[in-house]
Amino acid sequence: MKILVCISKTPDTTAKIAFTDNNTKFAEAGVQWIINPYDEWYALVRAIELKEADASTTIHLATVGGADAEPIIRKALALGGDEAHRVNAEPTESYFVAAQLAAIAKGYDLVLLGKETIDYNGGAVGGMLAELLDLPYIANATNLQIAGTTATVKREIEGGEETIEVALPVVISCQKGMAEARIPNMRGIMAARTKPLKVVEPANIEAMTQYTSFQLPPAKAGVKLVSPDNVDELVRLLHEEARAI
Amino acid sequence: MSVLIFVDHLHGHIKKASHEALTYGAKIAEQTGDTAEAVVLGNVSEDLAALGQHGVKKVHHVQSDALNTFDSQVYTKVIAQVAEQSGAKVIVFSNNSSGKALAPRVAVRLKAGLVAGATALPDISNGFVVRKAVFSGKAVANVAIKTDVKVVSLNVNAFTISTSEGTAEVVPFNATVDAPKTKIVGSTKTSGKVSLTEADVVVSAGRGLKGPENWKMVEDLADELGAALACSRPVADAHWRPHNEHVGQTGIAIAPNLYIAIGISGAIQHLAGVNRSKTIVVINKDPEAPFFKAADYGIVGDAFEVVPKITEAVKKIKGH
Ligand SMILES: Cc1cc2nc3c(=O)[nH]c(=O)nc-3n(C[C@H](O)[C@H](O)[C@H](O)COP(=O)(O)OP(=O)(O)OC[C@H]3O[C@@H](n4cnc5c(N)ncnc54)[C@H](O)[C@@H]3O)c2cc1C
Repeated sequence: MKILVCISKTPDTTAKIAFTDNNTKFAEAGVQWIINPYDEWYALVRAIELKEADASTTIHLATVGGADAEPIIRKALALGGDEAHRVNAEPTESYFVAAQLAAIAKGYDLVLLGKETIDYNGGAVGGMLAELLDLPYIANATNLQIAGTTATVKREIEGGEETIEVALPVVISCQKGMAEARIPNMRGIMAARTKPLKVVEPANIEAMTQYTSFQLPPAKAGVKLVSPDNVDELVRLLHEEARAI
Repeated sequence: MSVLIFVDHLHGHIKKASHEALTYGAKIAEQTGDTAEAVVLGNVSEDLAALGQHGVKKVHHVQSDALNTFDSQVYTKVIAQVAEQSGAKVIVFSNNSSGKALAPRVAVRLKAGLVAGATALPDISNGFVVRKAVFSGKAVANVAIKTDVKVVSLNVNAFTISTSEGTAEVVPFNATVDAPKTKIVGSTKTSGKVSLTEADVVVSAGRGLKGPENWKMVEDLADELGAALACSRPVADAHWRPHNEHVGQTGIAIAPNLYIAIGISGAIQHLAGVNRSKTIVVINKDPEAPFFKAADYGIVGDAFEVVPKITEAVKKIKGH
């Protein structure tokens, strides 16, 4: 089986969020970059587990990003990818990224990605990629089993879960439940240094949307503390002031 | 020209998020001077003409056995046919489980720009600019859609449903419907009584509760409020609660009207999934817990003493 895992680079979960250039650009100074947690913990680790269960499986990685995305890709290789493709372009929006990935993603049995990135929270690349490849797409999957050429996938729906059967090839976006996070070991890190990392030039794709400006949310007015001996007062405030109950 | 709203339902029952999307889409149509229309796929047990209450004038109803199971590929082709025939220039989805799979596909098919997770009406004074939460709710962005046709998916609970007098004309739509490649072979309902992503009120607890055996008091409060249950990540990781209750950056992101956090420290990764809640109440025995900085109301105290008292006080106010 041939698996492609799409990887993106995101600011660390604790990164300070600020903007520059008149609030039009994310301030990258001092930011630590990580593999987008959904891509790493759920999509990539599940792919690695599938490879462990069937040694004939290969895992390729794909990312759209400049040279500064390479440490992230090397880490994904250290975790267990076999080879990586980097489309040499700055990601600007979901469609641009999906269209670049579509050029690489042909011929795989399984295309896995995280349910969204923790920076722009679009969650759109998977669906767009599936449409560009004309493949079935299952979003927000919490479990994936493969038997022969059939995938059995659980996905989250409002108030429950659905189990779906689909013949490969398929595109799946992954979330919590898929796998447990891992840390790369020394052998993986050493091996990653010599694994192929192919750089391809981007296709000429015009973006359909543009992030024009950013703002930080308005500061909270501050917490109103209520004494633990007077919970009636809390409930009254929630009822009368916040109109929340 | 129209604004077309996709109406999502589960086993024929229209989801709350769809009513939000309908209201939102009808308001966009008011802004742009177009007609609001809706599209419903598959069998529905509810009265579709009543969707007119949210301001839609026409409901395109596509019926086919193949549409009674959700398949994003099949649905996309049908929605695109309706959109093309009704001259839709804006297509609205809820950013819920179905919308997350459909909106990106439909956008590609119609060569339309997409904003996923809108939180407010677009600003059309100069182009079409949609506001959405980014960096897991730590900032907001304005995104301009540059294409003629536009797709927007609205975050759940981000827009208040409005209803007034009005009925919509329900018209059957004949579409070419492919056979689905996916097959639903089972479904389970999660333990909670209320769907977490759609809930108005969420009661959530963390490691401060010490163990799964202490959740009864949390459930009692949730029951009294008609709330959904949630938890912090270590609680789900320790299997005290099912993983589908884990909220936060790596769990589920929610935006209820009221979020009550009990024995949760308020780490940045937890906040990232709940900071869009309208009102946040924090109960924590540590006055230095970071969650108090994000809270609207708080009690510094022992959850084991405070929570049962809150449940009693809620009972009183609700006249139970
Ligand atoms: C990459 C990454 C992603 C993450 N994603 C998430 C995520 O999605 N969601 C998430 O929740 N976390 C996430 N985390 C973990 C997060 O950083 C915190 O560790 C976690 O939220 C802490 O959970 P907690 O508040 O329940 O537990 P603790 O940090 O142990 O806090 C327990 C709190 O309970 C209070 N308490 C104890 N006893 C009582 C009592 N009797 N009465 C009242 N209060 C009491 C304590 O004062 C304390 O504040 C992530 C971490 C990383 C590194």
